[in-house]
Amino acid sequence: MKKVILSVLSLSLIFLISCGDDKSKKDSTEKKEVKEEVVEVDPMKNKGIGPVTSIELADEIDQGLAKTGEEVYVKMCSACHKPNKRFVGPAPAGIMERRSPEWIMNMILNPEEMVQKDPIAKALLAEYLSPMANQNLTEEEARAVLEYFRTLK
Amino acid sequence: MTMKILKFITVILSASFLLASCGNNGNSNKQGALTGNAAEKVYVAPGEHDEFYAFVSGGFSGQLAVYGLPSGRLFKVIPVFSQDAEKAYGYNEETKPMLNTSHGFIPWDDSHHPDISQTNGELDGRWVFINGNNTPRIAKIDLTTFETTEIIEVPNSAGNHSSSFVTENTEYVVAGTRFSVPVPQVDMPIKEYKGKFKGALSFISVDPEDGGMDIKFQVLMPGFNYDLSHPGRGKSHGWFFFTTYNTEEANTLLEVNASQNDKDYIAAINWKKIEEYVNNGGGKKMPANYAHNVYSDETHSATSTMKKEVLVVDPSEVPGAIYLLPTPKSPHGCDVDPSGEYIIGSGKLAAELTAHSFTKMLDAIENKKFDGDAYGIPVLSYEAVNAGSVKQAGLGPLHTEFDGKGNAYTTFFISSEVVKWKLGTWEVIDRKPTYYSVGHLMIPGGNSRKPYGKYVLAMNKITKDRYLPTGPEVTQSAQLYDITGEKMELLLDFPTIGEPHYAAGIPADIVAKNSKKFYKLDENKHPYAIKSPAEAKVVRTGNEVHVYMAMIRSHFTPDNIEGVKVGDKVFFHVTNHEQDYDVPHGVAMIGANTSELLIMPGQTETFVWEPKQVGVWPFYCTDFCSALHQEMQGYVRVSPKSSNIKLSWSLDDE
Repeated sequence: MKKVILSVLSLSLIFLISCGDDKSKKDSTEKKEVKEEVVEVDPMKNKGIGPVTSIELADEIDQGLAKTGEEVYVKMCSACHKPNKRFVGPAPAGIMERRSPEWIMNMILNPEEMVQKDPIAKALLAEYLSPMANQNLTEEEARAVLEYFRTLK
Repeated sequence: MTMKILKFITVILSASFLLASCGNNGNSNKQGALTGNAAEKVYVAPGEHDEFYAFVSGGFSGQLAVYGLPSGRLFKVIPVFSQDAEKAYGYNEETKPMLNTSHGFIPWDDSHHPDISQTNGELDGRWVFINGNNTPRIAKIDLTTFETTEIIEVPNSAGNHSSSFVTENTEYVVAGTRFSVPVPQVDMPIKEYKGKFKGALSFISVDPEDGGMDIKFQVLMPGFNYDLSHPGRGKSHGWFFFTTYNTEEANTLLEVNASQNDKDYIAAINWKKIEEYVNNGGGKKMPANYAHNVYSDETHSATSTMKKEVLVVDPSEVPGAIYLLPTPKSPHGCDVDPSGEYIIGSGKLAAELTAHSFTKMLDAIENKKFDGDAYGIPVLSYEAVNAGSVKQAGLGPLHTEFDGKGNAYTTFFISSEVVKWKLGTWEVIDRKPTYYSVGHLMIPGGNSRKPYGKYVLAMNKITKDRYLPTGPEVTQSAQLYDITGEKMELLLDFPTIGEPHYAAGIPADIVAKNSKKFYKLDENKHPYAIKSPAEAKVVRTGNEVHVYMAMIRSHFTPDNIEGVKVGDKVFFHVTNHEQDYDVPHGVAMIGANTSELLIMPGQTETFVWEPKQVGVWPFYCTDFCSALHQEMQGYVRVSPKSSNIKLSWSLDDE
């Protein structure tokens, strides 16, 4: 008798599930994954999430490009980032030793998704509270900023 | 025990039946909807977009509201002729010049007839024009930013009502006067009106590139009231039609005295002919004084220029350019069908509608079928131009729009209904009540060569019992009807801002794709803009203090200012350094005798604060911008007038 009850129960559960739409099902599974996530990533290997998948850095710093990057940085980033001092956001000095170049560019170009999904970006948001603003830089501008970061010690 | 288990099974089984049937519930809803699926037709699911934009004027609110159709959801109220503290329009230093006139700064007007720009007789979705009735003005709203970018005052005009309708390539936006007045204005007895007052019809050219407006010429017509107008299109392109009333030229108790004549006129103006006359040096330049206010998206600021001259044309100078078509009973609406053949006059005191034929009008002109003249302007024979009339259609016809499928829809104010009738046969097909006292109606593109005949929006003057009461003043409303079938179907009532006087509708896909997301900081040419927080500074010139301030989530640079004194006039020039969609910031200062600022990304705006008391006074961000919005704040130290404290500013002590 108990077996029968059990099977009826599971049937009604199936009905329950089939009545919800696909989206909510997905959402619930996603939430589950989020909870189980453990932040154990090698920051130098994590390329982040966004348009930039692979960057080759030349050995020599391109000073012209770095200069352009500095101009972009002053205009678009300096409201929240001071080169050598923690401010609204972290200081970029030394970032080349802390993060992969792809991650840096993706954080500039795709901050909304990064702070939601990338484990390092999520941890940074938890620490700094102010979410990284998307300043709508072009990929070229972000690349120039990256080059400028290489000059910061 | 067994009983208990059985009961349990029954409960679970019935529960699962209920659950399993949820899919069918949807179906049965649809079946039930066969008799009334109005809700489905106006339901736009969360996150989905509407099919049409409706730009609904606010009448005495002076503004223009943007709704979605079919949902009736309100997206934005665009300030046009009235100050709007929410958006700082008419309060900040940048937009105050928009409301300048020859009478000085005017914080309000009565906005009536929006019309969307056209190319080849079809809606192109570049601009909306709208008239200010009271202090005659025409405004232009840019549909990339949904902001008012230009206002031109109309001289020699009063009660700017037969406005603001565009010709089929937006060559002109036309503004006709309701009141006739002395031209030029003069101190004279009111009783001597007859024969001395003039009615100015203004043809305002529109630059095809930037939309810049300029009064090309004014036709000084006899002293009638010019009520509404519409352009010819297709075959009648080049003509413009105006209804007139008070052809009696009464100056008092018009209710009685302007309703004496059995017929007034529709004035047909061949503007192409007058344009040619003017281009060849015709017309007279007369002294005038009117404001031309232009807002720039680059400087984020408006300038106001007083113009001192206007070109006027006397009808007698251009014979063959103007004719009068007799039309019964003080005609109000003047609407031209998509083919340009029929000109519909709605005698507001009549029970029927009058349709004139453009072809017959040309023939009557050719064969001189005249019936006298008015101040030298030929009056065409009614029989010679009349194409037919819609008999016993209702009481108090006002306005007509078209569905592009051979049908016309007319509102009847007194009998509170929309009546569908057929062009050419003049037979009534359907009628539906409105709630109540409908004025204009709108079909998207319904006054163009290409109507999108899916919905008609009726705009009502009175709602009485239709909504929850809100004291003596209750909302006015719009009502949406499905017009895809033979019979109209009422789908939706929705409340509106102010008086929904008239509207212009357009398929959303024509406009939405051009909508700007933010202003590029790089392109900001505001004289007080700063491009990086490093440029932030505070500058004193005498008792004027200029604060060059930046804002980004979620702080101001600078946020501590000292050295301001009682009696100073402090200008806060605030630049939003965000460069992303939908990240405006606001700013407000305690005790400032003005509104907040609401600043879009990349934009600079300015407010003025005149501190009256010594102390340390705060300012803060008014638009919830981020999780740290409540942290977005700052202080200004105000010292006595005699103080020697040096001007200084900082953020985080730097």
